[in-house]
Amino acid sequence: MSVRSMGGVESPDMASHDSTGHGEPYKAVFTGDGRKELDTLLGRYPTKMAALLPALWIIQRERGWVSDDGMAEVADVLELTPAYVKGVVTFYTMYHQHPVGKYFIQVCTTSPCGICGAEDVVKAFLQHTKTGELGTTSADGKYTVIEVECLGACGFATPVMINEEFLESVTPDTVPTILARLS
Amino acid sequence: MGYPHTSHQRETAVLSQYFGDEEARTLDGWKKRGGYQALEKALGMTPADIVTVVKDSGLRGRGGAGFPTGMKWSFMKPGDGKPHYLCCNADESEPGTFKDREIMRWTPHALVEGCAIGAYAIGAETAYIYIRGEFTEPLIWMERAVQEAYGAGILGANAMGTGKRIDVHVHKGAGAYICGEETAMMNSLEGRRGNPRIKPPFPAVAGVFGQPTTINNVETLAAVCPILMKGAEWYKSMCLSNPKSTGTKLFSVCGNLRKPGTYEVVMGFPFKDFLFDLCGGPLQGRKFKAVIPGGASVPIQTMEEAESTLMDYEGFVAQGSMLGSGGVIVIDDAQSMVRVIARLARFFAHESCAQCTQCREGTAWTTKILERIRDGQGTMEDLDTLLSIADNMTGTTICVLSDSCATPVISGIKKFRPEFEALIHGKRVHSVLAAVA
Repeated sequence: MSVRSMGGVESPDMASHDSTGHGEPYKAVFTGDGRKELDTLLGRYPTKMAALLPALWIIQRERGWVSDDGMAEVADVLELTPAYVKGVVTFYTMYHQHPVGKYFIQVCTTSPCGICGAEDVVKAFLQHTKTGELGTTSADGKYTVIEVECLGACGFATPVMINEEFLESVTPDTVPTILARLS
Repeated sequence: MGYPHTSHQRETAVLSQYFGDEEARTLDGWKKRGGYQALEKALGMTPADIVTVVKDSGLRGRGGAGFPTGMKWSFMKPGDGKPHYLCCNADESEPGTFKDREIMRWTPHALVEGCAIGAYAIGAETAYIYIRGEFTEPLIWMERAVQEAYGAGILGANAMGTGKRIDVHVHKGAGAYICGEETAMMNSLEGRRGNPRIKPPFPAVAGVFGQPTTINNVETLAAVCPILMKGAEWYKSMCLSNPKSTGTKLFSVCGNLRKPGTYEVVMGFPFKDFLFDLCGGPLQGRKFKAVIPGGASVPIQTMEEAESTLMDYEGFVAQGSMLGSGGVIVIDDAQSMVRVIARLARFFAHESCAQCTQCREGTAWTTKILERIRDGQGTMEDLDTLLSIADNMTGTTICVLSDSCATPVISGIKKFRPEFEALIHGKRVHSVLAAVA
């Protein structure tokens, strides 16, 4: 059992879902406005390396995930090695290391939410998105559902994150309405 | 006001008085409510005087450890010629804890102000607010507040026109509970994997970027503003039990109860009244069974212990637990303690940074064994094995994540052993019947 992969996205062969990985050349993010944004960030820290997490966030915002090419670009602009950048990327759960559904749905199931029925919320999302399994993307590429560890909104069980949107007090009954709003 | 419920009459709303108040989120609204007067006052004082006021107030760290804030600040040597840093720990990830989230999304300027005062007091020109990546809403409000404060000249090279430089930056985490541990947070801020560091050196000597650093929790820094405005004596007078625990404390309450949410009470408030009066007691037809009062890392309390507790640092210890972060998880009689504890263990296994063997292996095996007991496949020997692993996981690692996983296991088996045994024997009875059939 790999402790880092417990409960989260396993690292299956996602090649079939890799919509951007079919030989299209990588387009750099840190040019023009992207470069300006990075320069602003660099001004906040005494080292270039400290801008690594924010730079990776920019890559993910622009490209939807953090590919090896993305890591190489970040390594280049921050004067790090790609291997070092990958080491950091793999430590954190929020950087997608492969493409995910258009709507990335994270349901908190840690104990406080677990005792308030979070597992039923997970089941409802899996059923209504037709993803079937945690961590896999629906056939239409729209949804990926995962269980996430404590989202820090335990009094609003069950909290759910859909991309950058943070939803509170989700129940199995409200899942269809939430999904209808997305599409 | 209070959020999501209006403040109960027995609450003492100092930090939470503007929770739910949309206007308090903006710079204008915050100023109308007396905002930035504390910073103005602070910038007219010497850093040493501010540290003295905070020391005298008795304020202790609200993130979990309860270390006296003024004393922590006094470890930062003035005039050492090195850049100093303040890090605000807003990586609130301890299961059951969501109080800092309310501060950041309702009164973001309270935190900007607290950070600016803290930075000035420890001789730092730069403060970083490290917010967990999942807190998208607090991130928006905090970034907006920081921008507004720069725009109004409150922050920057000439903070409030005093000629002093105070920068505050929001830094977004990327999903790692361990980054709430202060040395892991510093590594993460530097652009590294969030592995905790061995102490010493302590952060005040060599912290982020190798420079003297102080790390304070969101609630701690927010509390500094009212302390400076109303004085140390006022703060110290808010105490219902042990004089070592002063002021008000935010408690975020969740689990199986009528009114989950964030409440603010004076230190030493009776926990029984808190649970049954303020929080509305158990759900219809249910009874409270257990409480984890300070986030998932602290020992589980029986209801007997919880009902005898006075809510302060010493009060929780006297009743077999700890105040911790103030994240109260209430568990009722409809829940299986084994299931609750197994899920907590899975949380810790997922969040272990895996650099120490005891933690990497211990959290994973603890989870496996607890889940097999949960699924009716356990043996009595498993309980001994769990306690033995927990013993090896306590006090043997770089940080306390390992201890945090062991704590609910040890207290759970000690206080709720019949539930574990019932599941184990249930399996035996079942298999005997199966053999006969």
